[in-house]
This record gives sequence, structure tokens and C-alpha cells, in this order.
Amino acid sequence: MASELTQRIQRNPQYQHLIATRDALGWGLTCLVLIAYFGFLLVIAFDKALFALPIAAGMTTSWGILAAIGIILLTIVTTAMYVRKANRDYDSMVKEIIEKEVQA
Amino acid sequence: MNAIRLGILLPKKIFKAMWLSALVLFTVALPELCLAAGTIGETQKQDTNWLAIIMFAFFVGLSLLITKWAATRTRSAADFYTAGGSITGFQNGLAIGGDFMSAASFLGISAAVMATGFDGLIYAIGFQVGWPLLTFLLAERLRNLGRFTFADVMAYRLQQVPIRIFAASGTLATVLFYLIGQMVGAGQLIKLLFGLDYHYAVIIVGILMIAYVLFGGMTATTWVQIIKACMLLGGATFMAAMVLAQYGFNLEKLFSAAVAIKKSASIMGPGGFIKDPISAISLGVALMFGTAGLPHILMRFFTVPDAREARKSVLWATTWIGYFYVLTFIIGFGAIVFVSTNPDFLDANGVLRGGANMAAVHLANAVGGNVFLGFMSAVAFATILAVVAGLTLSGASAISHDLYAAAIKKGKAASKDELKVSKATTIVLGIIAIFLGIVFEKQNVAYMVSLAFAIAASANFPALILSILWKGCTTRGTVIGGSVGLISALVMTLLSDAVWVSAMGNPAGSAPFPYSSPAIFSMPLAFLCIWAISLFDHSAEAQKERDAFDDQKIRSETGLGAFKAASH
Repeated sequence: MASELTQRIQRNPQYQHLIATRDALGWGLTCLVLIAYFGFLLVIAFDKALFALPIAAGMTTSWGILAAIGIILLTIVTTAMYVRKANRDYDSMVKEIIEKEVQA
Repeated sequence: MNAIRLGILLPKKIFKAMWLSALVLFTVALPELCLAAGTIGETQKQDTNWLAIIMFAFFVGLSLLITKWAATRTRSAADFYTAGGSITGFQNGLAIGGDFMSAASFLGISAAVMATGFDGLIYAIGFQVGWPLLTFLLAERLRNLGRFTFADVMAYRLQQVPIRIFAASGTLATVLFYLIGQMVGAGQLIKLLFGLDYHYAVIIVGILMIAYVLFGGMTATTWVQIIKACMLLGGATFMAAMVLAQYGFNLEKLFSAAVAIKKSASIMGPGGFIKDPISAISLGVALMFGTAGLPHILMRFFTVPDAREARKSVLWATTWIGYFYVLTFIIGFGAIVFVSTNPDFLDANGVLRGGANMAAVHLANAVGGNVFLGFMSAVAFATILAVVAGLTLSGASAISHDLYAAAIKKGKAASKDELKVSKATTIVLGIIAIFLGIVFEKQNVAYMVSLAFAIAASANFPALILSILWKGCTTRGTVIGGSVGLISALVMTLLSDAVWVSAMGNPAGSAPFPYSSPAIFSMPLAFLCIWAISLFDHSAEAQKERDAFDDQKIRSETGLGAFKAASH
């Protein structure tokens, strides 16, 4: 059986809210990266010509290159978003909940 | 037992012996170097190699000094595996980069970009996209649940012995295939860059890697990786900047120049690299989820004090690695413009001197002259050392921490004995690595690293993530399902074109497994087996494991009661 402290924390509405928000952010960003990456691979697999198209008439840079650099940026930006949110907000919320429930 | 006692009781003597043997190897190898210098190409003067050797010797000297310092701080098992949890997020981020950015990916991807343009990027993107997943799903939970290895996390509520044996098998399989790929690559690369005999190169790499891990444990390994990451990023930044400076830092102009030289715009879009959609997705699955299942990378999350620093480290790692791939891409295009047009770098048939993988090396010469060429050669050597040291440490931990301390001694091993076993294992693994490096010299090992990623994605990752996130996951499900993933990834790879035809020499087109990567089948298969077997596991043990989930979940989410990595 789960310990009494575990059960108390599980029942804490602040905790439930925190986990729900954090999971939503974590899984949301995970889906975003998955869609971007597998979308990228599917274009390469099924429509190579699309990625070979220049981004503007008369230019050499192609949509494929833009997409590739975009994915690298996306991985950094989404990671930064999650880490910033977790380190700034979630950690202090977790600490507050734990302190409250341990003392209770 | 002798090896164990040697490793512990006589560290100073062994240390001296290693210094000496490294010295002897260098001295023996030097005349050969001078001879070989003439054969690499008329454009390279003898002093080119000397410079590279001096710079490399400087790196080795520095890294051995660090190892000596680290040795004074490596007293307990915790010091050995995790540097006592004393690494900061920023340092760990660089070290993860140092662990992950291999010479193969630097030289291989820049060469692929030079040859095919856009296609070269596909691998790079695959290596990059696993990092956010590690951040969102694993980093802080790993740190909150584990101490030394990812098996700690799975064994938190599952049964120690079977879980440890499975995790150690997954770790060793991943580490050994990765290591073979690195050792063979190292030997060939060093032969090419320094003119050193293949066997000497492999032995030097092996001895140095044993020295770092044996005496300095995680502390020395971390600093070797940090220094290497800085050297590699610095060198690559310089090269990319020199290339871009020629085009007013305008990528469009660089691309136009490259297309003009290739006389075809095909390098700007996907070409023949991806043959069929299934192989494309399968390779993507292996690279993305494999990154989140590499034991030597997962282990690095235990070197920081808490979840906060674990998150920071993966953010820094993602940033540096992403930056590195962008640089590699620019370097590849730079090679099209500055290397493929320069007869100094081509042989009579218009092919790159020293082989296709030399693109970045020749570019170093083109943009920075002989001194910079020497520097980048030394960087390539340092890069290999940092990667193999991380792999060895991870393999040694699997044997000493998971197999010896947890499975054999049932968690009752004294820290001192565990340390002895890990040191003995380090020596044994190092010797095995040297041996395999020599055995596989003439083999085509291009598939080894892909295989390591496929196994990591099909065995380690599903078992780890389900044990953390899914309440219903049981020991039986994890061990059987994870093993199914491991074996199916291995067998399908053996039956694929890269091994069946290219390495084993069967006739072209006869490979029974038609795709280039197994992960799209083996990973879902592992998930399915873990799920189904856990679901039908009605044993009393399974019930206990499910009951323990809530406590585990609170700890994984909050760090409540998490072991504070001690530093003393």
C-alpha cells in the first residue's frame, strides 16, 4: 500500500493541479517535436520535390534546409521552455506542497 | 582476484606503467609517423604531423594531469560512478555533448553533406530530436529515482535480480556495439591523420581510456569530455566562421556557390539516402528513441545534485549539440566550395585524398593552414577518447553496480568492494575493446552505431519509460518484453543489407530483412510485449509491484526522499 504521506500528497489539490499542468506541458511539447520530426521524415519519404523547392523565386535556399534548421531550433526552444517553466515555477510549488504535507 | 587487487592496491605503479607504455608506444611509433608523413600527400609537409602530435600530446598530458587530480577525489563507488553528484548543470551539459558528439558524426556528417548536401542533414536531425524527449519525459524522473545507473530506476519497485540482469545486458549490448564502432573508426582515423599504425592507434586509445576511467572515474571522464567538447565546438566554430566570412555571413550565397560548383541544385533537397518510407521512419525511430536509451548518456544525469540541475544539463546539451550539427552542415558546404575545387586535396581521379571522411580535415587545412590542421587532428583524437571513456565507464558500472553489487551480492556489497570490481571491470573492458578493435579492423562496421541505437530504442527505452510511467508494469513484463526488443533488434540487423550483404559478403539483394533499420518493428514489439505480459501477470510479486507504484510516482515527480548525491 502507498504510504500515508504519499496518499496525503496525492489528495492535495495543489499537487494534482501541478502534475496536470506539468504533464500537459511535457506531453504537449513531446507531441509537437514528434509531429515535426516524423512530418519531416514523411515529406522526405513521400514528397522529395517539396523540400527541394526554393523558399523564394530566384533563391537557392530550399524548404528542406529551412525545415531542418527549424527542427534543430524547435528542439532547443521547446527544451528551453520546459526547463525554464519547471525550474522557475514547478520546483518551488513542489517544495511548498512537500513542506506542507510533511509537516501535516 | 589478482586483477582486482592490482587495480586497487597499486594504482600509482599502474599509473606509472601506463605513462611509460604510452611513452614507449609514441617513441616506437614516431619513426613510422615520419615515414608515413610523406605518403599522405605532397601537400602535407612533415612538420604538419609533428604539430598534430605535439598538440595531441599536450591534450593527453593535460587529461592525465586531470586524471591524477581526479584520482584523489575518487574514493567511493559514488565518486567513481557519478563524481559524487558534484557536477553543475552547465558542466554536465558540456560533458553530455562531449559524450555524444563523436568524431564519426563530425567527419561522417560533414562528408555526407559534402557528397549529397541535404541528405547529410537527415542523420544530424535524427541525433538531435531525442534530446527534448529526454527532457520532457525522463531527465528529472531519472534523477529523482536513481543513483548510479538507469537500472536503479527500474529496480526501484521491480525485482532486483532479474531487472539488473536485463538492464546490464541492454547496457553491455549497447556499449559494446557502440565501442566497436568507435574503436575501429579511431584506428582508421588516427592512421590517416597521424600516419600511425592501426594497431598502435587502437592500443593507445584503449590504454588512455582505461587510465581515465580506472584512476579518475566519472570526475576525470567528465572533464575529458568537457575539454573535448570545448575544443571541438571551438574548432568547428572557427571553420564555419572562416567559410561564412567568404560569403559575407550569408548562407544563401554559400548555397548558391555550392550549387554552382556541383552544377546541380539537387544538393538542396532529399536525394537517394532514404530509399523507402519504412526505412526512413525506422531509422528516425531508432535515432530519436535510442538517444533516450543510451546508458552512458542516462548515467550522466546522476552526476548532478538534483532534478533542477538535471534539467539544466539537458538544455545545455541540446543547445550545444544542435549548434554542433549546424556547424557541421556549414562545414560540409564549405568543403564543397573549398575542398572539392582544390586539386591539392584530390588524387589523380578527382577523389578526396584519404577517403570521403576527410572532407572536414582538408577544409581545416584550407581555412586555417597546417597549424589548424594539426589542431583539428588532435581534436578528432580527443573526441574519440572522450566518447570511449564514457562508454567504458557505463559498461563497468553495469557489471559492478548492477550485476555484482545488486544481483550477486543482493545490494549488500561494501562500497569498497564494489569499487574494486568496477576498476577490475574497467581494465577487462578496455582490453576487450582493444581486442575487438583489432579483430574488426578489416570489417565494415558502419552498422555498429546504428545497431547500438536500435537496441537502446528497442530494449532500454521501452523498459525504462514504462517502469517509470505505467503502474501496471511488472518485472516479468519488463524483462521478457525488453529482451524481446533487444533480440529482435539484433536479429533483424544481422539479417539486413548492412550486415548480411555488406559485412558478411552474401550476394546483393539476398538480405532476408529488407529495411535498413529494425526499430520501427522491434520497439513497438517491445512495448507490446511488456504491456501484454504485465497485463496477464497475476503473481503476488506483480501485485506488490503495482502497489509500490504510487510511492514511486510521488518520488519521481517531486524528488521527495530522493537520495541526495553526497559530495565530501
